[in-house]
Amino acid sequence: MNCNREAIALMHSYLDGELYKEDERRLRDHLQSCPSCQEHFQELKRTTTLVKNATPVSAPPRFTANVMANLPKEKKRKNYLRKLQRHPFLTAAAVFFILMFSGIFTAWNQDQQVTVSKQENLEIRDHTVIVPDGVTVEGDLVVRNGDLRIEGRVDGDITIINGDIVESDSNNESESDNRLDRNNLRAYSGELTEVNQVYEWVWYHAKKTFKEIFTFEQD
Amino acid sequence: METIIKQKIKEVKKGDQSAFEDIVSFYQNKVFHICLRMIGNSYEAEDLAQEAFIRAYTNIHTFDEKRKFSTWLYRIATNLSIDRIRKKKPDYHLDAEVKGTEGLDMYSQLAADQALPEEEVESLELQTYIHREILALPPKYRSVIVLRYLDELALQEIAEVLEIPVGTVKTRVHRGREALRKRLRHV
Ligand SMILES: [Zn+2]
Repeated sequence: MNCNREAIALMHSYLDGELYKEDERRLRDHLQSCPSCQEHFQELKRTTTLVKNATPVSAPPRFTANVMANLPKEKKRKNYLRKLQRHPFLTAAAVFFILMFSGIFTAWNQDQQVTVSKQENLEIRDHTVIVPDGVTVEGDLVVRNGDLRIEGRVDGDITIINGDIVESDSNNESESDNRLDRNNLRAYSGELTEVNQVYEWVWYHAKKTFKEIFTFEQD
Repeated sequence: METIIKQKIKEVKKGDQSAFEDIVSFYQNKVFHICLRMIGNSYEAEDLAQEAFIRAYTNIHTFDEKRKFSTWLYRIATNLSIDRIRKKKPDYHLDAEVKGTEGLDMYSQLAADQALPEEEVESLELQTYIHREILALPPKYRSVIVLRYLDELALQEIAEVLEIPVGTVKTRVHRGREALRKRLRHV
């Protein structure tokens, strides 16, 4: 067996665990008769041992925490939302408290001006928003700090915050009944929500935020 | 362990960032080890290892779950390290050969003069010495040696990490080990 060409190549294959039994036997036979290859093989084995034993390396302290802190941020927000989605009950409570401390109550007290979500063709008189006769509001309508009187139509949901839905001016009792009827059955096509208490107001916001969280999930 | 890791990867893919923490904590030593042996100093190695995990996280969707995760992760760490070496020494020949004897003789001579006395051949100094000798290898030999002795990676797996033929890995491991033998035989 040629020492440089074959024997050394077999030694490396042996150290890589890739030597067939037949070749292993040939290598062993050669080593027994060749002191120079024997020395070479001992040195290789020793090298392997030294390199292996030099191995234990530990990452610096707080390595994992540092990696986690440096991960892209927007994913983090999604993760936070996902946690909330997993616990709807907790979410409701969390949203409630967030709103409590983020000035919702102040808003309730201070924001006294009448506001309405859709201004077009609507009249505002004495804290009352009027949908005039012959006018149809397309979509949802939100009235804040005022009453709502519908003479025309609203094609959608109605939310009245700190106000009431009121009947149209009328002298006639039966006509008034008619109007009421009309309001209830035909004047608006969607749901009517009236919010008149601080608690309700917060709850209304909570529901809205809650809905947004779950809508976000579907993106 | 591999199955737990696979489960964690699924969770990360679904957007659960916290599941990534277990992955980092499980592989941190291995990845740091690769970077340290490749780059040499621990500050840069920490920086590289962090970068490797962040890249793994941002590219997690490209990871094929049928493959071994460690292979993919080690590839990121090795490639980042090699890029860094290249940037530090733009004219450094990554493909420099450690052929037979030339050049090495001089080095071995040097090493022989500085050979440590028997009693000093103790843990820390010896470790540092071996670490330096591994670093003295040209990067392409260094990477196969580091991977070969980290976890006893098989030649086939090293080939998958580095995306080179297994025959090439074999040649490089043999040459790298020969070079180390010459440098460490006096220890
Ligand atoms: Zn021989």
